Amino acid sequence: MTARPTIGVLALQGDVAEHLHVLEQLDVRTAKVLGPDQLDTVDALVIPGGESTTMSKLAVRYGLLEPLRKRVGAGMPAYGTCAGMIMLADRLLGGIDGQETIGGIDMTVRRNAFGRQTESFEAAVPVAGIGEEPFDAVFIRAPWVESVGPEVTVLGRVPGPDSAGRIVAVRQGGLMATSFHPELTGDVRIHRLFVDIVKGHA
Amino acid sequence: MATNASNTTDNAVGTQRVKRGMAEQLKNGVIMDVVTPEQAKIAEDAGAVAVMALERVPADIRKDGGVARMSDPDMIDGIVEAVSIPVMAKVRIGHFVEAQVLEHLGVDFIDESEVLTPADEAYHIDKWAFTVPFVCGATNLGEALRRIAEGAAMIRSKGEAGTGNVIEATRHMRSIRAEIRRLGTLDEAELFGAAKELRAPYEIVKEVATLGKLPVPLFSAGGVATPADAALMRQLGAESVFVGSGIFKSGDPARRADAIVQATLHYEDPGVIARVSRGLGEAMVGINLDDLADSERYAGRGW
Repeated sequence: MTARPTIGVLALQGDVAEHLHVLEQLDVRTAKVLGPDQLDTVDALVIPGGESTTMSKLAVRYGLLEPLRKRVGAGMPAYGTCAGMIMLADRLLGGIDGQETIGGIDMTVRRNAFGRQTESFEAAVPVAGIGEEPFDAVFIRAPWVESVGPEVTVLGRVPGPDSAGRIVAVRQGGLMATSFHPELTGDVRIHRLFVDIVKGHA
Repeated sequence: MATNASNTTDNAVGTQRVKRGMAEQLKNGVIMDVVTPEQAKIAEDAGAVAVMALERVPADIRKDGGVARMSDPDMIDGIVEAVSIPVMAKVRIGHFVEAQVLEHLGVDFIDESEVLTPADEAYHIDKWAFTVPFVCGATNLGEALRRIAEGAAMIRSKGEAGTGNVIEATRHMRSIRAEIRRLGTLDEAELFGAAKELRAPYEIVKEVATLGKLPVPLFSAGGVATPADAALMRQLGAESVFVGSGIFKSGDPARRADAIVQATLHYEDPGVIARVSRGLGEAMVGINLDDLADSERYAGRGW
């Protein structure tokens, strides 16, 4: 990997600008990815928060879904937040009919698992690999990870409505996903972990 | 700021970050007015990021006259049941009880809207008192900042709803953006004067001057009827677009909805806008603003 890799942000919908803003603080090049040509130019990809049904539909319409599957399958590092976590899930619960994902992480994700917006919340979540201090995590109509395969490392959990510890941060090789939105907090530690993964340092 | 701790955990709901964060997730998208569960499904399938549930679209409110109020809870429940994307609904300006009802029903976002008949001629809703986030309309920067001071998590241009005519939305977007740019040129002393002129809290005025944008997302609404209209709003600085009557008052709503979603995404690509604009069928019939009496204009409601 080059010393200063280019990290793209999938720009089909959602809080793209916020991710770009965080990445720009981390000594990487950044790019918006709207189509297959731009995907070819990036070393790694962030899939932002937003509405996963919209993102999925537009990825199919613009011929991006297969190229995305191919790149992720070939080992391109990727990090998904919220809707982005859904996009990286091999299996999805609570999606709409025919909702496609890119896949890549051997996990089952439940969409809108934490409930509607009035149940959206902030919580301090300890996350493995970013230091002792818990992360101030913002969950917006967030998914959780229902189950993971043997290759997946669980990085963080939060108590769900039934107080059961729900998986909200995972890593499998170069792929990472969180149910929450570090791009909304000004805390760059999770993006830095991803950049370290991209550079082969973590 | 409302930070009600939930019963079972230390999770904080309804914080400023959670409300504004929700608005951020709706960026680069289209929010569509729907009046039935069937329309809501069409909107979801077309790639809407959210739907606005209401009994009558603005064009019909305009035609029918009388007092326009919050929708029947049965109707809102029907749409909440029908789709899995976020659902918004409208309350009258100042009608905080309608807002309490919508929050109770579990809608994801409340629009304190000039399209409905105002319920209070002096005060907007204290939006900090709610867990659910609010969007409010604005015609200029001062109005936008007053709404943010009251707790709005998103601002939209008012435009002139139900006309199929973008001229007012254009005016409001240009006005808000130009005033933001002007703030960036002022020195410290002048910012105090600007806060007075804008009739907005100094802290928010200062924040806007520093950021070069509003502290919450800025969307556009009021008169968008075509893919090119949606792209125009994006190029004028709107981060997303509300489409009210424009979709389901047109000849082929499913195709138009899809076309407006695509034009909103590829708003800088005339090739895409041209392609999706072909053979869309009848657009909604528009109203020339010169033919609209002042009493029939919604944008003047609110202050």
